[in-house]
Amino acid sequence: MSAPPRSGPPLWLLCELTYRCPLHCVFCYNPIDFAMQKGELSTEEWLKVLREARALGAVQLGLSGGEPLVRDDLEILVAEAHRLGYYINLITSGVGLNEARIRALKEAGLDHIQLSFQDSTRQMNDFLSSTRTFELKSRVAALIKQYDFPMVLNVVLHRLNIDHVEAILDMADRMGAEYVELANTQFYGWAWHNREQLMPTRAQVERAEAVTQRFRERQSRPMRIFFVVPDYFERRPKACMNGLGSIFLTVTADGTALPCHAARMLPGLTFPNIRTASMSEIWYDSEGFNHYRGEGWMKEPCRSCPERGRDFGGCRCQAYLLTGDAANADPVCDLSPHHGRVVEAVARAEARAAVRAGTDGGTGAAAGAAEPLVFRTPDASRALSGAGR
Amino acid sequence: MNEAHGVLGGESRPMIERRFRLQFEPAQGTHVLLYPEGMIKLNTSASEILKRCDGRSTLAEITADLERAFATQGLESQVREFVEQALKKQWLVLT
Repeated sequence: MSAPPRSGPPLWLLCELTYRCPLHCVFCYNPIDFAMQKGELSTEEWLKVLREARALGAVQLGLSGGEPLVRDDLEILVAEAHRLGYYINLITSGVGLNEARIRALKEAGLDHIQLSFQDSTRQMNDFLSSTRTFELKSRVAALIKQYDFPMVLNVVLHRLNIDHVEAILDMADRMGAEYVELANTQFYGWAWHNREQLMPTRAQVERAEAVTQRFRERQSRPMRIFFVVPDYFERRPKACMNGLGSIFLTVTADGTALPCHAARMLPGLTFPNIRTASMSEIWYDSEGFNHYRGEGWMKEPCRSCPERGRDFGGCRCQAYLLTGDAANADPVCDLSPHHGRVVEAVARAEARAAVRAGTDGGTGAAAGAAEPLVFRTPDASRALSGAGR
Repeated sequence: MNEAHGVLGGESRPMIERRFRLQFEPAQGTHVLLYPEGMIKLNTSASEILKRCDGRSTLAEITADLERAFATQGLESQVREFVEQALKKQWLVLT
């Protein structure tokens, strides 16, 4: 394998400050075994991450989790990040964001807040997050406006809420959001575990896109809407992370540094920890960041594909989850010999929908046995990770 | 916005929209515009124009200042075109 080209700076730093979270969302991308991870980084350790990554050139900062507001040193981290010159995005469920804290975060120099909703109604929001948080989130949305933060409203879409896109957009409009992300579920972590229940049908996706387009045409206030297409319905893969190790750096709650927030699952790679390595060693010298840089790792059909410079072979995690080999082409690509696995997953969603609608002739065979949705709780995490049995 | 776009003249005072932040990045050797979860890498002429959009200077003053700084003439149409585009993209607003 030829040496990968020297990478540019890590422009994006995502700090997953904690895996503790008051919500239990079924589509969370956090690792299934999050509850097994011990030893959250201290304030001093996070400050070191911020300083060293900024010196390397990181400028967009995401503070995420879990729920970052669970950390009572969030204001300290934001103040230092602001002093260092980051553009600071707080990615939150809103739980824990009262007026005292939002004022302190404003004073500390926070630039923007991304607030998640699970749906447009209290019933569905609260069901999907397994909490009573809809009213609270609505109050937080008003606080975000009151303190003049730009607001991105993020709603993860899947089969259970994708038919409510119009109501979701109306809600975002009423709340005065500047941006709305309609982020179709990407299947990693808990979303992967619940994939059969969350996968929409093609008709649902097409309807949601059409509704979004109609909303754009009639909207009176400027609100940018991003409709993130679910890649299982595509024929070419997403340029995931712009290629691993190209611009994106995640540090997880326990200090593990990853080239993508889902990359911990990739087998055979050791990922460095900020407790034992500098950010420069992590970014430029570690195997975990160098392995999938460049094109040396690629197999056919990617290796000789004229589009490899555009999509970098898609997502390594998706290739691993669906084919068992992270160096394979992302099977979303219809040039992949494994593309059939994506087609089958979508076909199973169609079959399930047909069963529910009673249009399958009553056999129900293709749908298989319906498994229950599993909520992202510490107990479920421990159980699925083989502990406490 | 369209209405602002329509009245752009020599006396207009453009200003960077509040969601955006203009900043020099040594690691990239260039100015960037930062906004929620995004970044636009700017070329030299874009950064030189945007640096001067402080909400107090008029388009005519910005043009004159650029012509002075770069010892040249006739930048008016280039500056106006860029500001029009930047207004359309909502990087700038008129005060």
